[in-house]
Amino acid sequence: MFDLSHIMELMPDITKAFGETLYMIGISLTIALIIGLPLGVLLFTTDKGLFLENRAINSVVGFFVNIIRSIPFIILLVALIPLTKLIVGNTIGPAAASVSLSVAAIPFFARIVETSMREIDKGVIEAAISTGASPWMIIWNVLLPESKSSIIQGLTLTLINLVAYSAMAGFVGGGGIGDLAIRFGYYRYDDSIMLVTVAILIVLVQLIQFGGDRISKMIDKR
Amino acid sequence: MIIYLNVERSEKMIQIQHLSKVYQTKEKVVKGVDDVSLDIETGEIFGIVGYSGAGKSSLIRCLNLLETPTSGTILIDDVNLTKLSGVKLRQARLKIGMIFQHFYLISQKTIFENIAFALQAAKMPSNKIETRVMELLEMVGLSEKRDVYPAQLSGGQKQRVGIARALANNPSVLLCDEATSALDPNTTMSILRLLKKINKELNITIVLITHEMNVVKEICDRMAIMQDGKVIEEGQVYDIFSNPVQPLTKEFISSVVSYEIPDTVMSTLAGTLVKITFKGEVAMEGVISDTMQKYRVKGNFLHGSIEYIQERALGIFLMELQGECDEVEQAIAYILEQNAQVEVIRQHV
Repeated sequence: MFDLSHIMELMPDITKAFGETLYMIGISLTIALIIGLPLGVLLFTTDKGLFLENRAINSVVGFFVNIIRSIPFIILLVALIPLTKLIVGNTIGPAAASVSLSVAAIPFFARIVETSMREIDKGVIEAAISTGASPWMIIWNVLLPESKSSIIQGLTLTLINLVAYSAMAGFVGGGGIGDLAIRFGYYRYDDSIMLVTVAILIVLVQLIQFGGDRISKMIDKR
Repeated sequence: MIIYLNVERSEKMIQIQHLSKVYQTKEKVVKGVDDVSLDIETGEIFGIVGYSGAGKSSLIRCLNLLETPTSGTILIDDVNLTKLSGVKLRQARLKIGMIFQHFYLISQKTIFENIAFALQAAKMPSNKIETRVMELLEMVGLSEKRDVYPAQLSGGQKQRVGIARALANNPSVLLCDEATSALDPNTTMSILRLLKKINKELNITIVLITHEMNVVKEICDRMAIMQDGKVIEEGQVYDIFSNPVQPLTKEFISSVVSYEIPDTVMSTLAGTLVKITFKGEVAMEGVISDTMQKYRVKGNFLHGSIEYIQERALGIFLMELQGECDEVEQAIAYILEQNAQVEVIRQHV
């Protein structure tokens, strides 16, 4: 069942797939950070009782975030084909898969940022307001530092979700480890490849979780 | 160029006029603050006392608009805060420091950064921030702790950082929201001494709310007592301690100076029970011994103490006066003539 020479033979494919997976989750994580973080801050600060309280913005952003989050990823993958074509130019390969992955990761991460900020004691925010600090200063010097450790935990969670989603991207020819697993392991009943890909994913997820926990603890000054 | 404006400054640092704060819950409307008007003078320490739920916290939080009043106006240093918003409000807040029961420091920033935050809020150039932070740390006695995180400090030390942060921009007012309620008695005393020092040396007007009468007795010049959102009594701390009017005020004072006499002792007493209050300028020993000599009355001390409020003595004694009815009456009249107060608690049996 487990054929070492067969695996060695496919080593270049495995390495390439692994690289593609890292590429996909790297891009989508970066985009989730760039767009999801401000969106999360917006969701939190425009909520009732907070210093940028704005019902309209809060409900509109919240509504879209919920819509994207309620669509199963596999459907999102197909639904976003036109958008992908527009942005990347084609609809297969890791770059194309990164579009759907990013779209899925943004609202997920935004909610995580919002929830992390909810854990901050309201008093600390009020104390900052009472010093006369601007909203921007409060976001930058209070909200982000105070929720940093929790956001890192959330980032870990997002990353692991992305690993799982990126494997799904294989279904539509997105490339990466998932693609390999489907092409060899599933369609060709190649158990060795199946095992190797699963093992790679397990190791990857373990490493991400371990690393995330370590960093989160390390930067926490409480 | 410096332009000196010769403007008549108000004696009143804070003017609260018909302030109300209403909370709307699903079931009912709660009046947190109910038509409160108070004037707080420049340079004084003003204490607001009340049980939790009396509205004192809402009131103090309205003073820097952490809570928006439902109606009424707040003037601080002649600026109508209730009319301000945005940048103008933030500028006004630079001059109103606030400290809290649970300190509320930024846990992920060092003590230095916590204080520097307030200075950055005032847009102080970064090359001046370091000097100012060190100055403030020295004032609160925490110079060595500049690079430490709040979690490594004791409660009293955290409050000192809170004070340094609140004073960073040389405010004219310092609001203290139950600032010593989470501290042990010794630490409370040291924080109160620091507040007093700040008040004296920097001439900062301090408003504090507390449920501890001891705090008021220790440092306040004037005080107000709140109940159900209203101010029910207000005046000089000394006057209120010597002449409380409202039952709630008496209750609060009895938490500091209590004259409870055990029932078993009460039942053995046959004479007239009086409470004699001596204010600072009356020589108490003299009055009592003179009375005993002049009239055929025997005095029995049951309880008593001399409290020092704002460095003025207040003596309150419970005595049993034994003797003929008219002798006792004359003795009481004599004590009253000496400018002491006498309250007959129980006529002789």
